[in-house]
Amino acid sequence: MRLSEAEVEHVGALARLALTPDEKEAFRLQLSRILTYMDELRVVNTDGITPMSGMRTNENVFRSDEPQEAFPQEQALANAPDSQDGYFRVPKILRDR
Amino acid sequence: MSLVKLTLRELQERFTRGEVSAFEIVRAYYLRISLVEAKVKAYVTVNDKETVFAEAQALDKELKAWRKTLPLMAMPVAIKDNICTAGMRTTCGSRMLEGYVPPYDATVVQALRAQRCVIIGKTNLDEFAMGSSTEHSAFGPTRNPWKLSHVPGGSSGGSAAAVAADECVAALGSDTGGSIRQPAACCGVVGLKPTYGRVSRYGLVAFASSLDQIGPITKDVMDAAILLNILAGRDPRDSTSADVPVPDFTRAFKKKDVKKLKIGVPVEYFGEGLDAEVREAVQAALEVLEQLGGELQEVSLPHTNVAVATYYLLATAEASSNLARYDGVKYGLRSKHHQDLLEMYCRTRQEGFGPEVKRRIMLGTFALSRGYYEAYYAKAQAVRTLITQDFDTAFQSVDFLITPVMPTPAFRLGEKLDDPLQMYLADIYTLSASLAGIPAIAIPCGFSRQGLPIGIQFMGRPFEEETILRAARAYELATQWRQKRPPIREK
Amino acid sequence: MRYEPVIGLEVHAQLQTRTKLFCGCRTTFGLDPNTQTCPVCLGLPGALPVINEKAVELAIRTGLALHCTIRRLNRFARKNYFYPDLPKGYQISQYEEPICEHGWLEVSVNGTWKRVRIRRAHLEEDAGKTIHMEHVTSSLVDLNRAGTPLLEIVTEPDLQSSEEVVAYLKALRDILRYLDVCDGNMEQGSLRCEPNLSLRPVGSSQLGTKVELKNINSFKFVKDAIDYEIARQTRVLEEGGTIQQETRLWDWDRGKTVVMRGKEEAHDYRYFPDPDLVPVHVSEDWIAQVEATLPELPQARQRRLMTQYGLPEYDASVLTSERALADYFEACVALFPDAKTVSHFVMGELLREVKQTGGSVEASPVTPAHLAELLKLVESGVISLKVARELFPELYATGKSPAQVVEEKGLQQISDEGMLRSWIEEVLRTNPNQVAQYCRGKETVLGFFVGQVMKASGGKANPQKVNELLRQVLAAWKEA
Repeated sequence: MRLSEAEVEHVGALARLALTPDEKEAFRLQLSRILTYMDELRVVNTDGITPMSGMRTNENVFRSDEPQEAFPQEQALANAPDSQDGYFRVPKILRDR
Repeated sequence: MSLVKLTLRELQERFTRGEVSAFEIVRAYYLRISLVEAKVKAYVTVNDKETVFAEAQALDKELKAWRKTLPLMAMPVAIKDNICTAGMRTTCGSRMLEGYVPPYDATVVQALRAQRCVIIGKTNLDEFAMGSSTEHSAFGPTRNPWKLSHVPGGSSGGSAAAVAADECVAALGSDTGGSIRQPAACCGVVGLKPTYGRVSRYGLVAFASSLDQIGPITKDVMDAAILLNILAGRDPRDSTSADVPVPDFTRAFKKKDVKKLKIGVPVEYFGEGLDAEVREAVQAALEVLEQLGGELQEVSLPHTNVAVATYYLLATAEASSNLARYDGVKYGLRSKHHQDLLEMYCRTRQEGFGPEVKRRIMLGTFALSRGYYEAYYAKAQAVRTLITQDFDTAFQSVDFLITPVMPTPAFRLGEKLDDPLQMYLADIYTLSASLAGIPAIAIPCGFSRQGLPIGIQFMGRPFEEETILRAARAYELATQWRQKRPPIREK
Repeated sequence: MRYEPVIGLEVHAQLQTRTKLFCGCRTTFGLDPNTQTCPVCLGLPGALPVINEKAVELAIRTGLALHCTIRRLNRFARKNYFYPDLPKGYQISQYEEPICEHGWLEVSVNGTWKRVRIRRAHLEEDAGKTIHMEHVTSSLVDLNRAGTPLLEIVTEPDLQSSEEVVAYLKALRDILRYLDVCDGNMEQGSLRCEPNLSLRPVGSSQLGTKVELKNINSFKFVKDAIDYEIARQTRVLEEGGTIQQETRLWDWDRGKTVVMRGKEEAHDYRYFPDPDLVPVHVSEDWIAQVEATLPELPQARQRRLMTQYGLPEYDASVLTSERALADYFEACVALFPDAKTVSHFVMGELLREVKQTGGSVEASPVTPAHLAELLKLVESGVISLKVARELFPELYATGKSPAQVVEEKGLQQISDEGMLRSWIEEVLRTNPNQVAQYCRGKETVLGFFVGQVMKASGGKANPQKVNELLRQVLAAWKEA
């Protein structure tokens, strides 16, 4: 699998990484090489094999609907790079979700 | 003998008998740190000395009135800096979290604190535990105490180096694909990755959630069992923590041999790419195990050759999602260079993450993206099933498996930094146990001619840590490797 | 060419749990910002989710009420996207494996019943709230709501008009309230609706290009937004244009839909199974247990009220719109079997007081027993119907027993013949002209006499009795 520049840019945008032109090229080459190596998976026959999305340690692990103590507001915001009036503050959102 | 050379068990015995005070213990360790840390650079943060001294003195005072000790009481334990400690910064070796102080303790940290254990510091790691050399830390690499020009392995390189250099009596690491076992092997200490689900992950900063496990890095196998006793158990805050009984793991050592145990030797782990010195050391170890009553048997784990590809697809996919939360909104770094939200995101993540983390986020994002999910991520999930089945089959005929930990001894700093794929291939012998979720322990089994430690790996059935602990301990007692100390000079 | 709309609906219902879907923070609405958070819902490094059992139960409850198949093995997936009110950078949701599938709901539109198919309903966590301000370079984020459990209920594109959509939405809301699953408050956002709408030529079976509508927070806006969008798309097509696949926001201020701003990169949510959560297995037993606790649902109850009590459809539908109201009605009828009268009081007096005071039917100070007592006082002639109506607000305000209040205020009707006769004779004496008219056969003046007698009695005379006696006395006078 060889990645194109456009693919690297698309993936970088999805991951919210502002890559420099040098990084883009380096990642294109490195990821292409790694993905080529990973193409060896194609030869493994996985017909009828259930994919494993995680260890099945158990199932039906629940929490009861009992309230726990919440952080005071100051603690919730303690590590925030920016806050105002009890809110996290972020630069203006120019696009809707 | 200096206090810092003692194992956890030995130190604990002296403390329990009242031969040494908590204050004397912590003073000895702070002294040791002041003498070697500048060379080793095992820590990101050393806990505040005055605070620790005061706590130790308070503990001594209490004990004068009523001497009842706990297994880890007053023991200086180091914690990998991706495990959250309330009030003490937890950086994950990243610029992104350089000043981040968690408001809560990880479940394992709570357990240590309940023992009145001394959290002596937070150890260095590859950024967000992504790496095999601890060179990918934003705060500079840790050195191998056996040879300062070499890497300590990774990602728990700080924890392994701290134990090897006697900068703590034991440490916690985290293992996603070998991050406890591989640095333990590089540094000539013991590293145990428990069964997935054995130890709570709550408070361990996630790299790849379906693979991450916390485990002990110690001076010997006995110490690993003592720590595991404290760490193991079901945690209602971690849905994936297993509801299985936790035995007293030190009871596994009643038998000091491996009589009646069948030992599997997977052929795929001894093929091309294995360094001759490592091969020799592991083969010699197999002979010792045979003398201890074990029955060697060749087995096959046919999907070993695709473990690296499988692992790096699944782990990076999960990581790409786990690391999305570092966006400059709630905590951590926020770039100053932005006009709007989108730019704030992209620049924050650009500035906050190092190259290896970015590379893995890119790889993982790609593996999950539209058009590639089936061919990469879903395919890797299916192969993971096959890898797990390989182990199931092997464990039908043997009780545990023996393999090398790494294809070579520790490599030089910078040697593999420019070639990510070569770095990934260094994990080839440790990844499979992570993918299958089984327990595995790495212990020293010799030294290279250069004087670098070589490790051997014991892998067991799920939740049968006792079997590999017993075998590893029997081997450890039958050999003298653990007596050798790193030749690091105090300044 | 004539076009017809094809509409499907996505409804997000906030589940009435005490705590969030994956942590123990409360779900209370309207608190100070960022006061209901913890490591889990703030997305702090290292925190892990554990699912709230009650939320799963409420999803099953809803699924059963909507005739859905309940999935036995449930897994959760991560939906990855960046937004400041999404603390983890992903939303935990169900993707290909919703807990409820293939159900239906019948709704009545202009007297005919229509079956709307439910495609799926799945559990997911809500995001926080982002506050955008005009003329300011920043936005503010409150994460109190982050992690609140939602059930997203999706229909097949079975709806064809704004009336049908509103009818469906109301029926769904009534059911959710009956089930104690969701309070159904659209203004507070506990019930949110996102229609998708396309047009096609009448008679065609092919679907047109779909437009999604957002930002609709009342039933009125649902209707307005859909009507607007049908008109807009019709105009575009008639002018030879094409419909863009897009999301449009309802701008209630301007009464139109507007395109949501820039979505330059196509969404790729990179769903994958959440490795932090283990599967939820819903057993046959669990389903049976939940089923056993299901209440009678509004439509069934409406039909029963019509047959059992002979109520008109309108009355029955009002009474069953809320479970508490129907419960009130039936509790009262059990004590005072004149269903029609009870229904009038409940729909009239009771609902008016509840609405005016902002109270609830459950907490009504006038209990069903009180109302029955009041109506019995009317039946036995102690007070008039009019007095009973007038008394209701006071009873509601004080919570006192009707008999006690009637007694205290001396409101009992006077039925004593002697008293009534003396008033009647007085009235007839002072109004000879009207008496003469009556005697000449103008019976309508009878009403005038009744009124005068009532006035003389200070409103306390029993009007029926007055009527009766008046006729007797007048007959006697006529003879004389």
